[in-house]
Amino acid sequence: MAAVKLTINNQVHTLDIDPQMPLLWAIRDVVGLTGTKFGCGIAQCGACTVHLDGNPIRSCSFPVSAAAGHKITTIEGISKNGDHPIQKAWIEHQVPQCGYCQSGQIMSALALLKQTPKPTDADIDAAMQGNICRCGTYNRIRQAIHTASTEMTSAPKLPKSAPKIGER
Amino acid sequence: MSHNPKQSELTPSRRAFLKAAGLTGATFALGLSGTDLLASPVHNLSAQPGLAQAEAAELTPYVLIDKSGQITLMNPRPEIGQGTYQSVPALIAEELEVSLDKVIIRQTGGEKKYGGMWSQAVGGSGSIRGGYTQMRKVGASAREMLIKAASGQWNVPVEECYAENATVIHKPSGKKLTYGQLAETAAKLPVPKEPKLKDPKQFTMLGKSIPRPDVPTKVNGQAKFGMDAKVAGMLYASIERCPVLGSKLVSFDAAQALKVKGVQKAVKVERVMGKNRYEGVAILADNYWAALQGRKALKVQWDHQHHDTFNSVDYEKSLRNLEKADGVVGHNAGDFDKTFAEAPTKLEAFYETPMVSHSPMEPMNALAHYQPDDKIELWVSTQGGDLVKDEVAKVLKVSPDNVTVHVMFNGGGFGRRLTQDFATEAALLSKTVGKPVKVVWTREDDTSLGPFRPLTFSAMRGALSADGKAVAFQHKVISPSIDATMSDKYDKTKPDGTMLEGTGEQKYEIPNLSTRYVHSDIHIPLTYWRSVTSSTVAFAHECFLDEMAHKAGKDPMAFRLSLLTKDTDARRMMTKLKEVSGWDKPLPAGKGRGVAQWEFFAGLAGQVVEVSKNKSGGITVDKVYCVIDLGTVVNPDTVKAQVEGAIAMALTAATKDGITFANGRTVQTNFDANRMLRIQEMPEVEVHILAEGGPTIKGVGEPGLPPLAPALANAVFAATGKRVRKLPFDLEKV
Repeated sequence: MAAVKLTINNQVHTLDIDPQMPLLWAIRDVVGLTGTKFGCGIAQCGACTVHLDGNPIRSCSFPVSAAAGHKITTIEGISKNGDHPIQKAWIEHQVPQCGYCQSGQIMSALALLKQTPKPTDADIDAAMQGNICRCGTYNRIRQAIHTASTEMTSAPKLPKSAPKIGER
Repeated sequence: MSHNPKQSELTPSRRAFLKAAGLTGATFALGLSGTDLLASPVHNLSAQPGLAQAEAAELTPYVLIDKSGQITLMNPRPEIGQGTYQSVPALIAEELEVSLDKVIIRQTGGEKKYGGMWSQAVGGSGSIRGGYTQMRKVGASAREMLIKAASGQWNVPVEECYAENATVIHKPSGKKLTYGQLAETAAKLPVPKEPKLKDPKQFTMLGKSIPRPDVPTKVNGQAKFGMDAKVAGMLYASIERCPVLGSKLVSFDAAQALKVKGVQKAVKVERVMGKNRYEGVAILADNYWAALQGRKALKVQWDHQHHDTFNSVDYEKSLRNLEKADGVVGHNAGDFDKTFAEAPTKLEAFYETPMVSHSPMEPMNALAHYQPDDKIELWVSTQGGDLVKDEVAKVLKVSPDNVTVHVMFNGGGFGRRLTQDFATEAALLSKTVGKPVKVVWTREDDTSLGPFRPLTFSAMRGALSADGKAVAFQHKVISPSIDATMSDKYDKTKPDGTMLEGTGEQKYEIPNLSTRYVHSDIHIPLTYWRSVTSSTVAFAHECFLDEMAHKAGKDPMAFRLSLLTKDTDARRMMTKLKEVSGWDKPLPAGKGRGVAQWEFFAGLAGQVVEVSKNKSGGITVDKVYCVIDLGTVVNPDTVKAQVEGAIAMALTAATKDGITFANGRTVQTNFDANRMLRIQEMPEVEVHILAEGGPTIKGVGEPGLPPLAPALANAVFAATGKRVRKLPFDLEKV
């Protein structure tokens, strides 16, 4: 056992745990954030996907010691009120069925849209094929990513009272 | 395998289940505040926070209203992804005249007042077709009680009052009272037995694609699954069981395991499943990781009881050797043998389908807290709170009244969570160690220990008349049996209705129809899988019909419709399918389309699959058209989602790995070898719902599954001229 310092969703946690413990179990069992899910334990299903400095990793196969000193983001940390454009798109398209894999799906989608704001279907296939959904929500995931992409890349709407700029 | 015969309880038969599924608990209780429902720790785990309902009035057991007007609806059907968390409470809410976004929805936990065995379970696509009228009556009764309470308070005739938006209104005067103001008085009134139901034309929710209230909690990590349940002081358990099913525990040495930091105990525990008893050794620890490390350090000696020679190659060969066996007669119309013998054109073919795993994304788990007074509380992802209550009571030999069950969101079910072995493991362990215990299976446990969907082989024979009409059709199912692997009372002399499922129910007008069942023993535990045996026998049935059409030189759709001349749901559905799929529109070279339909206890659907030959020489599944016949639809978008899901699941079972055995154990242990469909493999899906009324309401969750594999194989034939008669098949190597 040793003290491991983890920064999760901008909060610092000092945990007295086995440094070899996968990050997944530190997040779920020790810190108590249960939105990140256990699915396979061998980085095959993506249910445990979190971000390490903005990049998606499979936390079930990532020792907690290697996460120390990095910025970890979980599903609980992507928005305060569940209103990230991706979350809104997921609701709009009624993506989840059982919902168990969806935290991981959303974290993979978030990483994709950061890297590739306007993804093609091929981009989506490449970024999302590590995430299994046994309920078969794939087509809705695809649609929701496109919807979120549109919202995230469109120019911010100006309030009605704002003066119009450059109008001729 | 020795076991206490008293504990040897039958898995409730499919028949009993289906019967009960149509009858949700009809008992209405009265009085204030059902305290057994309240103030339990599940509140901390519930999907929706803030469930304090200390002074809620209980209008019926399903409807609780507190003085502030907060309404709680009790949902007897667990949410496994199929949308019952919305669709079932909507049945109550529609009649109660309340909006779903203003109510708290809670799952029942097998309490008697919500009905007997299987009425609080989900399976057989039964939640809506079983509860449609019953749950509406619940809401309508509560509404009438509230109106009566208001009319009494105002001293006006009931007829002058109506309910709207959780308020009762006196029409002539415009006076209003909220449900919160009326609840306490209303709860003291008798519950109307035959309340007046709304005219469907006035529905504001039913029949509309209302967003699911669980969805927002499933995109922000807040939805609580069984996996997420916690209580103070609990230990995590990982259980080592022999991967050679049927082995006996000889001895174990936990010395090294107990040295792992955080490991507390190593104890024997039994896995109970129908007639089966499997021994295992549980490692209990402060956290799950430590339990896993302890399990790795455990040394166990098993006696394999010769089961380590079992393998799929030999078992499948033994099934093929039964091709000529007579078996037991299932369905028999006309005279198959005579017609077949005398027919000018005959066909025979043999079809094979594999064993598969359920593999819901949430591995099996349960949290149990056994208390010294023989009371036990469980938090569990399950397809039946009532099933858990009953099974735990039996295994622990306590009264069901001593068992409290908190039904959590299920991370998938697909039939796996109709078996409660993981819940009884947790219960037994908690009793043994005197602490709350959370059992969590690994994915390897989940993949390799069953119960599995049975493999079924089919020997098909058919005959055509001189003018190319199907005049004789025989489907002989050769397989192990679900019931035989779970019950020691299985009767091999009787036709096995579960294993012949649907084979005698198709509406095709074939005068001489014969179905037979040839049973084969197996020691591997088997169970229901989404759409049960229809998921395999439909493949043989509908592909063979295609072979007959081809032999007759007829178009597969036209051939089927020529056998569906009577005014049946099947004919209407197929006619619609022909239209929406553009069946008569020619496809370019290198593409093909196939059709299949299936009617069985859960419902009716048909599909057309379009495929194309791809550049790497394989097959790409381009699009699936589905028509599902429901009669009445509650939430069209949920239906669409269920069909999309059924197609994904069927495509996985048809084209991925299945479960095979070598040296007594599964070859596949995790998603690396037991592959699942992934996003780039998902075809476009177009769903059409037939909801044209009528007395029958058909199921949603399963009927979208059986037609996929045969429609796909028929499409492959259309595109390539190659017949696929064995599943799974590799789309890249047709």
